[in-house]
Order: sequence, then C-alpha cells, then structure tokens
Amino acid sequence: MNYRNQTVQESYLTDSWKRLKKNPLAMTGLYILSFLILCSIFLPYFTKNTYYETHLYLKNSPPSIAHLFGTDDLGRSIYARIWWGARISLFVGITAAFIDMCIGVAYGSFAGLSGGKTEEIMMRVADIFYSLPYLLVVILLTVVMGQGIGTIIIAMTLTGWINMARITRAETLRLKEQDFVLAALSLGASTKRILFQHIIPNCFGTIITTVTLTIPSAIFTESFLSFLGLGVRAPVASWGMMASDGLGSLAYYPWRLFMPAIFICITMLAFNLLGNGLRDAFDPRLRQ
Amino acid sequence: MKSIPGDPFTQEQAIPEEIMQSLYEHYGLDKPLHTQYFKYIKGFLTLDLGPSFKYEGRTTNQIIKEGFPISATLGFVAFFLALFWGVFWGSIAAFHKGRFLDHLAMILAIGGMSVPSFITATFLQYIFAIKLGILPIARWGSVYHIILPALALSAFPTAFIARMTRASMVEVLQKEYILTARAKGLSKYQIWKNHVLKNSFLPVLSYLGTLFASIITGSFIVEKIFGIPGLGGWMVSSITNRDYTIIMGLTIFYSFILLISITITDIIYFFLDPRIKDRFQNYELS
Repeated sequence: MNYRNQTVQESYLTDSWKRLKKNPLAMTGLYILSFLILCSIFLPYFTKNTYYETHLYLKNSPPSIAHLFGTDDLGRSIYARIWWGARISLFVGITAAFIDMCIGVAYGSFAGLSGGKTEEIMMRVADIFYSLPYLLVVILLTVVMGQGIGTIIIAMTLTGWINMARITRAETLRLKEQDFVLAALSLGASTKRILFQHIIPNCFGTIITTVTLTIPSAIFTESFLSFLGLGVRAPVASWGMMASDGLGSLAYYPWRLFMPAIFICITMLAFNLLGNGLRDAFDPRLRQ
Repeated sequence: MKSIPGDPFTQEQAIPEEIMQSLYEHYGLDKPLHTQYFKYIKGFLTLDLGPSFKYEGRTTNQIIKEGFPISATLGFVAFFLALFWGVFWGSIAAFHKGRFLDHLAMILAIGGMSVPSFITATFLQYIFAIKLGILPIARWGSVYHIILPALALSAFPTAFIARMTRASMVEVLQKEYILTARAKGLSKYQIWKNHVLKNSFLPVLSYLGTLFASIITGSFIVEKIFGIPGLGGWMVSSITNRDYTIIMGLTIFYSFILLISITITDIIYFFLDPRIKDRFQNYELS
C-alpha cells in the first residue's frame, strides 16, 4: 500500500518535472536563481573588499576593473555589497515564504478538513486579517518592534500566511470530496492519516507554486521597507537600502541606484517565471 | 502605537524638564493611557482626528483635506491608465493566443509584475527628467507633473490586469456563442465589443477593489520619490517623526477608502452580473 502510493507520487513529480523542462522561460528562471543563490553563498568569501570596508579616496567612482559595479558615497565596493545584500534579500524572502507555508498549510488544511462551524470561524478570522491593508500593517509593525531582519520576517508572516491558508483550504475542500478519501475513510483511516497521506501530498503542486510566487513578493516587501528606511540597519547591506542610498545622487552617480535595482528586478523576474512555469507544469489543464 | 520607542518631542537638543512637562500637558500625553484612548475615541466619533504633534497648529483633518485630492487625482489617473492598457494588452494576447503578440504581451506582463514601483519610478525619473529633460523631475502642479508618477504607479496593476484579462478571455473565447457570432460573420472587433468584453470582465472586476487599494498604498513611495505633497508622503514622514495622531488618522482613513472601494466593486458587480441580481431577488422572496 505504502509502496504503491510512493510510486504514484514519484511519477506525478517526474511528469511535472518533464513538463517544466520543456518550458524555456521557467528553466531560464531556474538557472538564474541557482546562479544567484550559489553566488550569494560563495562569492562573499572571494571578493577582495567587504561590504563595510571604506575607501574614502575612491568614493562614488564609476564601474571599473577594481570595483566591478563602482563604489558608493563611502567608497564601499558595490560589487561586494550586492552579494552580501543578496544573502539578506534571498534569506528574508525564502524564510518568510517558508513560514507562511507552514502556518498557511496547517491552518488551511485543518479548516478545510474539519468543516462546519470550526471552518466558518477560522476562515472569518483569516478574512479579517486579509482585509487589513498589507503594507500598512507591515510598516506599523516594523515601527513598533524596531528594525532588523527578524522584525521584517515576523511582520511579513503575520499577514502573509492567509493567502496560503485560503489556497490550501480550497484544495482540501476539493480533495475531500474525491473517492480515494472516501475509500480511506471507509477503511477506517484516522484524520491524521488522511491529512498527511492523502490531502497534503495531493496539494503539493499548488503549495510549491504558491511558495515560489510568495518569495518575490517577500523580497519586494523587504526592499520596499529598506527603501523607506524601515529595513535592516547600516552597515549591513540590503538591495532596497542600497537603492535608497543611491536615490539622492541619481543625477550624478546613477550606477549606485541601478546596480541593486537591476538585481532586485532580475531576482523577482526569475522567481515569477519559475512560479508560472511550475503552475503550468503541475496543472496542465490550466494551460489551454 | 504608543509603545513605539521615542516620542514626537525627542530632539537632538535637550529640552528643559518644565517645557517638556507643559508640552505633555498641552497634548494630554501626561494622562494615563486609557484616558487618552477615550479622548481619542470621542474625537473619532465627532470626526476630529486630533492635532499633529510635530507641526504646530496643524490637524490631521487639515492634512487629509489638503493631501487627499492630490493623492486621489494621481490614484485615479494611474488606475484608469492601468485599466485601459491592461484590458487592451490582455485582449490582444487572448485574440492572438499562442502567437507572437501573446508571448510578447505575457513576457512584458511578467516583467511588469517583477519590477517594484520605486524602481520604475526612479528609472522613469532618470530617463525622462534627467537624461532627456522633457518632463518635470518632481513636485506637483501642472498636467505634466502627473505623467511620470502615474506611469510608475500603474505599471504593476497594468501587468496584473493584462494577465487576468487574458486568462478569462481565453476561457470566454472557447464558448459556443463566440462560434455562433463568428459564423454570423461578425468582425473581430464586434465580437470583442459585444460578446467577449462584458463576459470576461467579471472575474477581473472582483480584483479591482483590492487593486485600487494597492495603488493607493503603493503611492507612499512614489509620492516620496517625486516629492508630491499627497497623503503617502505625509504617511512616510509622520512614521519617521513618530507623529502618533497622524499615523493613526491616516491609517483609519486608508482603511475607510479600502472599505469604500470594495463596496463600490460589489455594487458594480451587482449591476453587471444578472445572475447575482436574480439570486438577490430570489433570496428576498423566500
């Protein structure tokens, strides 16, 4: 029984993977992301300059061989800061999306499975959170709790999990009606078993897609907050903060703004492309 | 909100203890928290959102009265820009499904969704104001001042609407009545106008309320970049100034706008979709 379940699961995944490989846009996204993640892990160890090291005699110099992307107003290498910033942006994005996933899947599948009054109350509570303007809440929370990576992640996940919960609930409601769940129920399977053996594995595609599409919005929020000056504190680099620093001298030293801006765009684009590809791959019916 | 460290009177220069005390008394900050709270609620019920702590003689009501028309103008221009171009590109993509124009429009749409508004804003500012010098770089006043910020604000919603329009139009185009219309010999434009547009617009409509709210909140940063004296700019500066009453007042105001825009969407929905009207009438009868 268990063995058969496993093979079905695997063939579903291999199928989706095959479909994904045929989608050039999604694969481009995947390659860009792997490149960015590997670079952000290893490159900071190999750069000559660190993100906090200042060379005042070299300040605001344009891109050159010594400083690939130029330097900022304190003579710090933008190249080094970009890769340190990549660590922070990617870390915040991925962690926030992961926490959203854990809370959202647990909440949504529980609400969907229990049904009745419990479900009603749980989803109304989620609706109340959902109707709050997202950015406003995040800004207020960051102001209350003080700056830092931890605060940003907490502030984002506090309202971010609801989207996940709604999607998981909808999927659970759909799956609950299917014959194999009925079969499992009539064989006397416990709620826990149905949840972990049948519901969640079948939601897998939707969950992965949603997570992949949540990450860019989390990265966006982080850079938005840093841009407003509510993000990480100096001297730690983050793409949003670097862009915000560069804004003042846009007319004279445009590379200070454009380098981090280009990286934010590329990362978000790659995640969006991959997410769309995943959605098509997991659910070919959507792609008409 | 009062638990935010620091208060509006914290300055670099030390203020004598007595002045501090009288400042606190003037604004009622020396009273216990619950007294302050009830006073605020009383003001709120009489639509008085309290004075600004930072700018003497200014009240939240005044700020909303001055800032809101500006923000609303910008928001509406951006909103209709997004609606027009979004539906335009979405329709083109749907009618050319699987061909070059479809791919182009959808790649542009994913691109548009991947670029944060503050980056669009600064790029536009750099190209059109600094390099080409054909449009004013910042501030508010003439029609030309609206163009750049409105474009920056509308980029994301345009892409979003285009994708949704395409998805729902592709679905509608497969319906049999479209086949009938085609068989009757109607032109593409007539099919689009009479049969496709209204039927495919309903799913898009349900998102417009939230989208409108996101345009308004997105305008925080765009207003700050372009130095526009609207509500978004006030919101940002009042957060950094710890101006409690203004933060609170503007938050309430924004939530109010959000509620109104969602309600309006629901009402339009009611008039556009006869099925909902039917259900409503049946409900009343039973």
